Amino acid sequence: MAVLKTLIYLIVYPGIIFLFVYSTFCEWFDRKVYARLQNRMGPTHTGRWGILQPVADFVKLMAKEDIVPDKADKTLFTVLPIFGLAIVATAGLLLPVWHFNPVASSFNSFSGDIIIILYLLSLPTLIFFLAGWSSTNYFSTIGGTRVLTMLFGYEVPLFMAVLSPAILANSWRLAEIAMFYQRKPWLLLPNLLGFVIALICVQAKLERTPFDIPHAETEIVGGTFTEYSGKKLAFFRLMTDIELVVSSGLVAAVFLGGFPGGLWLGLLNFVIKTLFVIFFLSLLRALTSRIRVDQVVSFAWRYLAPLAVVQLLIVILIKGLLL
Amino acid sequence: MKFTIPIGPQHPALKEPISLRMTVEGEVIRDADIRLGYNHRGLEKLAEEKTWIQNIYLTERICGICSHSHATCYVQGVEKLMEIAPPKRGNYIRYLVAELERIHSHLLWLGVAGHEAGFDTFFMYTWRDREVVMDILEMISGNRVHYAINTLGGVRRDLDEMQIKKSLEGMEILRKRSEYYFKIGASEPTFVARLAGVGYLSKEQAIDLCAVGPTARASGVPRDVRRDDPHAVYDEIPFDVCTADTCDVLGRVVVRVKELMESYKICEFLLKNLPAGDIAVKAPKRAKPNEFLSRYEAPRGENTHYIKSNGTDKPERLKVRAPTLANYPATVQMLKTGFIADIPLIFAAIDPCICCAERTVELVNARTGEKKIRRFSELRKLAEKRFNELPSKRNAVWPF
Repeated sequence: MAVLKTLIYLIVYPGIIFLFVYSTFCEWFDRKVYARLQNRMGPTHTGRWGILQPVADFVKLMAKEDIVPDKADKTLFTVLPIFGLAIVATAGLLLPVWHFNPVASSFNSFSGDIIIILYLLSLPTLIFFLAGWSSTNYFSTIGGTRVLTMLFGYEVPLFMAVLSPAILANSWRLAEIAMFYQRKPWLLLPNLLGFVIALICVQAKLERTPFDIPHAETEIVGGTFTEYSGKKLAFFRLMTDIELVVSSGLVAAVFLGGFPGGLWLGLLNFVIKTLFVIFFLSLLRALTSRIRVDQVVSFAWRYLAPLAVVQLLIVILIKGLLL
Repeated sequence: MKFTIPIGPQHPALKEPISLRMTVEGEVIRDADIRLGYNHRGLEKLAEEKTWIQNIYLTERICGICSHSHATCYVQGVEKLMEIAPPKRGNYIRYLVAELERIHSHLLWLGVAGHEAGFDTFFMYTWRDREVVMDILEMISGNRVHYAINTLGGVRRDLDEMQIKKSLEGMEILRKRSEYYFKIGASEPTFVARLAGVGYLSKEQAIDLCAVGPTARASGVPRDVRRDDPHAVYDEIPFDVCTADTCDVLGRVVVRVKELMESYKICEFLLKNLPAGDIAVKAPKRAKPNEFLSRYEAPRGENTHYIKSNGTDKPERLKVRAPTLANYPATVQMLKTGFIADIPLIFAAIDPCICCAERTVELVNARTGEKKIRRFSELRKLAEKRFNELPSKRNAVWPF
């Protein structure tokens, strides 16, 4: 029975099937918001309001011809999309939605899981770099180096911003952090600066405008994905979608008070709060133009990192004086 | 580590084939080279086999964006050769369409600039508003792209009161929108950060390298055929030549938006002061032996047509120089500094219309560097031979 439960956990909910359904829904939501902000309709044809369009895209890509370049490192080139998908899906298990016993720790909720989830969300960046590098295409190589260059910019502010609420809550466990803020919601206010920083950094991590530099199509064609096609590209796209869900879930868990209310209400909370975060990400995507990679690094170190330090100071002061 | 990346002949930033060979070191550009000739047009030879009137429709098809520019430039020259002048009302309608075309071309370019900079929202908004001017053009000429309103000795369609009223209303809408875009283009921080200081071309360089159109005007060179060589209606219309002194891509955006404002003014003047009378005079079939160089300020810069007649009903020679060709030397200069991220912006900033500048193809063997001119039938045989010799293996790998 325990085995069956674990299997259902891994495959159906909150495993790969749920993540697939919800991440395609989030992609649809993102595309629709982005399109409406641009005075377009967005997907309308497949399903009601075009809601099945990302699924249709996925299925169609799966059926397309799959080309591996002659000079590419074939093994690495082939396993990277699967690895990436596995990594972000694993990160998805650690969100404090599907853990119903807030006190006892289990394999998907334990002290230090906030570090693990941040680490798992850093790995896709390396996957993208290796994907670009192993394609041996000039455009992919440039895209791969851009991925790494950007990592040096946004990673430190993101860690500082996400960890400062944890410091205030005095816990390294996502479920406990969420519970702390559910008890004292007014303490969410001092973290507002960190929320903004985290939103910008998540946007950079997900490589969306204004940080879509590694695959800026007008400059370096497909960037890291130039040589990818068919199933592998479909996997990479699904991986980006799941990454969107997991990182917005992480931001919601840390900054928006988590997802209280058990199975159904918790899930509803999860959906509303992640869509709220994704709405901001879409807004940012629609309102800005792509910047250069050197501008990303200088922006991150000139503004984001000092502001993250300020956020950390605020948290330490509040913790010392008020709690 | 230096290496050369090929931007083109096929690249998402380029809608037409051209090859920019960029030598880069990391993200920094060290050198640039440009290769033309991926398109065979054959239109100058074709023009010698068609009559004067048929050639209007041929020259109109040189370009899809500035179709009216080429047709007007040609018609202007032929009218001089035939020693006829269009009536005033005809002239007003002809240059009204010319200014409307400038508006649609500049709005299109603004969108393209937004897209190249990764600002797709700007692209969607400008292209939506471009529909207003496209609708006006369709209402006036019956077509959205190739207006076919020119004929020798005037224009083919007259304007009525309703059309004038609707066009004036359209100008009002567009003026409001353009002011809004000017505000966005000058204040959105990520957009300005991308454009300011990119693709520097000093005033001296712009003059030395014979830059034309908005590219030259953004470097502070007030070069505009409408002002320098006032032809047809342009000596009657009050308008300013817009310049900028920042010498970069941001300056080129500013110049184009200002020119939009000027074009609205010109269109309103032409619509309000439309004289009564005929729209065309009858043109003779033949032109006396003579030659003429016709100049015209297209949206992209100075467009020239050299026309030579020999007394028959066909031209002896028609030489077309599109403005894009005149801007290539300046482009190579601009591309030599900056980052990889600036390449599409700098190149798009001249508003390239690559196929308009192309005439003939020269084949170069990539391995030996040997150059050859071949007949089309030979090329076809080569292609068939190569296709038949291709190995039939499919390069597909199942991932699992």
